[in-house]
Amino acid sequence: MAKRPVYLNLLRIHLPVTGWVSILHRVSGALLFLGMPFGVWGLSISLSSAAGFRHMTECVAYPLARLFLLFLIWAFAHHLFAGLRHLALDVHLGVDLQQARQSSVAVLLAAGLVTLLAAWELLA
Amino acid sequence: MKATTGSHTGTGTWLLQRATAVVLALALPVLTLYFLAAMPADFVGWQALFAPLWLRLLMLLAAGALALHAWVGVRDIFMDYVHPTGLRLALYLAVIAVLSGSVAWLAAVLWGVT
Repeated sequence: MAKRPVYLNLLRIHLPVTGWVSILHRVSGALLFLGMPFGVWGLSISLSSAAGFRHMTECVAYPLARLFLLFLIWAFAHHLFAGLRHLALDVHLGVDLQQARQSSVAVLLAAGLVTLLAAWELLA
Repeated sequence: MKATTGSHTGTGTWLLQRATAVVLALALPVLTLYFLAAMPADFVGWQALFAPLWLRLLMLLAAGALALHAWVGVRDIFMDYVHPTGLRLALYLAVIAVLSGSVAWLAAVLWGVT
C-alpha cells in the first residue's frame, strides 16, 4: 500500500466545539474508569471502622485531594451531560449543525457550572 | 454458527452501552442526592446510610451497569489506539479484572463481608 501523508501535529489541529465535547467525553470516561476501583477502596475503608472513617475524612481534607475530587466531579458531570447529548443525537434530536454546536456549548457550560458549585463547597 | 465478523457485530455492543447509560443516568443522580442530603455524617450515621436494602441493591445495580458501560468504552479506546493484538488482549483482560473485581468488592463491602 502506498504511503499516505500523515498530518498529526496536535498543536496545529483546531477542533470545533463539537469535537472538544467528543474528545473530553472520552477523556472523562477513561478517568472515571480509573477512579472506580479507588472509589470502592475508599468506601471500603470508610465503612470498615470508626478509625477507617476518620482516616478517610482526613484524607479528603487535604487541598490536593479535594482538587483531585473536583477533577473527578468535572469528569462525571461532563461525561453525564455529553452522554445525554449523545442519547438525544441517537434519536435524531438536534442533529443539524447549528443545534449540535449549541448543545455542545451547553454541555461545556453545564459541566463547568456543576464544577464551580462543587468547588464552592469543597474549596471555599 | 454466529458470524463474528462483519458490519453488524457492533450493534449489540452499541445497544449495551446505550442501555447501561440510561440506567446510570437514572440511578447516579438518585444516589448522589441521597448521599448529599445526609451530609455531613459521623461514622454511625455514615454506616446507617448503607443499611436500607433498596440502597444497596441500587448501588450494586449501578455498579454492574457501570462495569458493562466502562467495558464498552475502554474497549473502544483500546481498539482505536492499541494495535498490537497481544498487547490489546492483555489490556482487555486487565480491564475485565479491574471491573469485575470492583463490582465483587463493592458487593462484599455493602454486605459486610470484609
